[in-house]
Amino acid sequence: MDLPTLWFVVIAVLWTGYFFLEGFDFGVGVLTKLLARDRAERRVLVNTIGPVWDGNEVWLLAAAGGTFAAFPDWYATLFSGFYLPLLVILLSLIVRGVAFEYRAKRPEERWQRNWEHAIFWCSALPAFLWGVAFANLVRGVPIGPDKEYAGGLPDLLSPYALLGGVVTLTLFTLHGTVFTALKTVGPIRARARRLATGLGVLVVVLATGFLGWTQADGGGPASLVALGVAVAGLSASLVANGRGREGWAFAFSGIAIVAVVAQLFLSLFPDVMPSSLRPEWSLTVAGAASSPYTLTIMTWCAVIATPLVLLYQGWTYWVFRKRIGTQHIAPDPHAAPGHAAPHGLAPPAPPTAPAPVLSAGAGVGPAATAHAVADAGAASGAGAVPGADAGGVGCPGPDAHGTRPEPAAGAGSGSG
Amino acid sequence: MHLDLALAPETLARWQFGITTVYHFLFVPLTISLASLVAGLQTAWVRTGKEKYLRATKFWGKLFLINIAMGVVTGILQEFQFGMNWSDYSRFVGDVFGAPLAFEALIAFFFESTFIGLWIFGWDRLPQRVHLACIWMVAVGTVLSAYFILAANSWMQHPVGYRIDEESGRAELTDFWHVLTQNTAVAQFAHTITAAFLTGAAFMVGIAAYHLVRRRHVAVMRTSLRLGLVTMVVSGLLVAVSGDRLAKIMYEQQPMKMAAAEALWETEGPAPFSLFAIGDVDEGHNEVAVEVPGLLSFLAHDDLSSPVPGINDTNEALREQFDEELGLGDYRPNIPVAYWGFRWMIGFGMSSFALGAVGLWLTRRRRWLAPDLRTGGDEVPRLALTRTRELGPTPSRWYWRAAFLTMAFPLIANCWGWIFTEMGRQPWAVYGVLPTASSVSPSVSQGEVIASMSVYTLLYAALAVVEFRLLAKYAKAGPPELTDADRNPPTRIGGFGPKGPGAGAEDTDRPMAFSY
Repeated sequence: MDLPTLWFVVIAVLWTGYFFLEGFDFGVGVLTKLLARDRAERRVLVNTIGPVWDGNEVWLLAAAGGTFAAFPDWYATLFSGFYLPLLVILLSLIVRGVAFEYRAKRPEERWQRNWEHAIFWCSALPAFLWGVAFANLVRGVPIGPDKEYAGGLPDLLSPYALLGGVVTLTLFTLHGTVFTALKTVGPIRARARRLATGLGVLVVVLATGFLGWTQADGGGPASLVALGVAVAGLSASLVANGRGREGWAFAFSGIAIVAVVAQLFLSLFPDVMPSSLRPEWSLTVAGAASSPYTLTIMTWCAVIATPLVLLYQGWTYWVFRKRIGTQHIAPDPHAAPGHAAPHGLAPPAPPTAPAPVLSAGAGVGPAATAHAVADAGAASGAGAVPGADAGGVGCPGPDAHGTRPEPAAGAGSGSG
Repeated sequence: MHLDLALAPETLARWQFGITTVYHFLFVPLTISLASLVAGLQTAWVRTGKEKYLRATKFWGKLFLINIAMGVVTGILQEFQFGMNWSDYSRFVGDVFGAPLAFEALIAFFFESTFIGLWIFGWDRLPQRVHLACIWMVAVGTVLSAYFILAANSWMQHPVGYRIDEESGRAELTDFWHVLTQNTAVAQFAHTITAAFLTGAAFMVGIAAYHLVRRRHVAVMRTSLRLGLVTMVVSGLLVAVSGDRLAKIMYEQQPMKMAAAEALWETEGPAPFSLFAIGDVDEGHNEVAVEVPGLLSFLAHDDLSSPVPGINDTNEALREQFDEELGLGDYRPNIPVAYWGFRWMIGFGMSSFALGAVGLWLTRRRRWLAPDLRTGGDEVPRLALTRTRELGPTPSRWYWRAAFLTMAFPLIANCWGWIFTEMGRQPWAVYGVLPTASSVSPSVSQGEVIASMSVYTLLYAALAVVEFRLLAKYAKAGPPELTDADRNPPTRIGGFGPKGPGAGAEDTDRPMAFSY
């Protein structure tokens, strides 16, 4: 494989990592309105991704920075051409990040509600727009002989592109739903599993339509295989979810995302940005690439850095492998320091049940580390799978959890 | 000239870049320095077990997190902005300039953002030392990130290690090591990092002064004041030294920028340092000038008599060198901005340093003081002018007030430093290679730039209000009281220690130490 092709693969891997990881972040953001019934549950959802969303988002920065260095023309044409959609995506990511960090920093009802709206919209919008952007990227947009985007905003909003947006939005929401089922306890976990079933059917239909359309337009044998894997992955995720194997359901929805991104990039190759005006104006892998010297240096950087990133990000998922429920949310996060909450404000401790999830999770811990090292594609899956096994093996399952007395919603959320 | 500029296609893109980047850089220096300062305080807690260090860690850590959130999100835009508004620039320099940016993301950003998550949520999930290591990782990440981006910027100031490819007409990297280690990069890094520490230290001193003058949270704030003052003095001194070094390099590499910084119209030897000037840009001379003779020669060349090239001669030389190819005609930056930006940078930065030095003297250690001026660790330090004499009540009040206000000084200095160095490089995007006018995105309309600039400006202004009020709220609230969980960190990774509160089965339902 020559260097430009290698870097095309690396860029595809970085986007895959981004959509795999931030995919469930977006999904969890969408679920704050779709699944959560009260503030306490919204907080449970946000806290399942609390320690990791920031690291997940860096995959996007790495993809953008990598594209800049390895394919300057691609970077220049793509980002200046998709100006307004990208603007909305960036604004959403900015507001969303602030919303996560600041939501609990003040007790006022209005403050918290506004940031919660922000979390929903600023998760849903990018999840939709990334699909629109990638659909356009694969199908081709008007690019002139000067390598510049020659279209307008309406050119980016074709039915195919909008379908792409709907697919990523629903796919990420499904991914977030199975992630939620894997990372929570209590009623929200049971509801997540129910939602995943309905949502999963919808996603299979939509994704098959979109990927089939892509395949008919410009796919080859390899992208056909990817299409097959994507549809199979989604179906397997549905089955696993139905059987209560939450770790597997998440792993399969992750595989589906990997396959979808693979299909899109395989359809793209050997172009990086096809021109819809004339094929010879398309930006190609070979034509848009940087010099061999730069690509060699970048390769060394990626070869050393990427495994390390997978290692320590995987480790993070292992550290935070515990499922959370409303009872785990810190009772009074906004209490001004200096007058810390008296213990009376803490939610009433539910009668202590044996902790099968906990002990099983701890038992398979070392195995999880091994997974995290070995399994590059599914850094998060590796950390999370043991928890699912625990759920299947030692844990009575969601219904049993449902019978566990939950703290009253009001107490669980503190006064927030 | 200014009217023409207002209509140029790059003007709006420059405004957008200026607004978003200067705004981003309000948060960056605080992030860099507070990460290390908080890591230092937490190290002190781990090593000594003194609770004041843990309370200080939690207090400054909270302010650090409120700040870094803004730094992170405003940084996202920076990774895309080159492609969005500066596509011709990106095409031309991507082979060279993209590499340090990609390194920054792959090495530094991942480091920073992953370990910050571990630190925020890890208080009850990680053993003490592992948790401490996380904040140090964050600190390392911030410094690495600064290095890569400053190396990239230094390449725009002084391009090295590249060639222009005949066929594609773009710049191509030939020596990455040279790009990373050229003297411009090293000096800019030293100057920026020390300025970052001055910023964080002044922030610490300001808030500590606020509490000490009200006699609140004295033990924690006294420690913070001392840490802040020492850091301020050391970093302030190093800012001056590295700034002098950087200026000397700039006299070699961009004589126009430095001549503009001094409004030195004609070449002079010995050249004076200007304290104040009112000039006429079109006529190319100053109408009023207050100067220190010979000082500029000294700053540029370490002696009092060497000639320093003036704006008019430098402009003529650049015209001869580049006009045939580029035809820009005028190679002068905006001279009033360069001149005053340079002065405000130095003025505000050094005022902050001076206040730190004064403060360090006034609150010096016990053995320099007569017994009746000595104070214990839980008392507000008395401001001692000499060994036996205390500063009077009014000057004392004024000092505490100034110490509070100094928080803002390095921030102002940082902003002007960047405005000076970037606007002083004009009309070049890459000095001597690529004019700014040839760098913008041809396919992006003025309307689109206006739309995005307006949205960013409005959003950033709103976020500034939100962030400032949050910082004020948490700064005023002071350090938190400690809980049993704080005093008994977990002993195993994942938080399943055999000892400590909530051990065993109860642990399942114990609330998290921190949640969003």
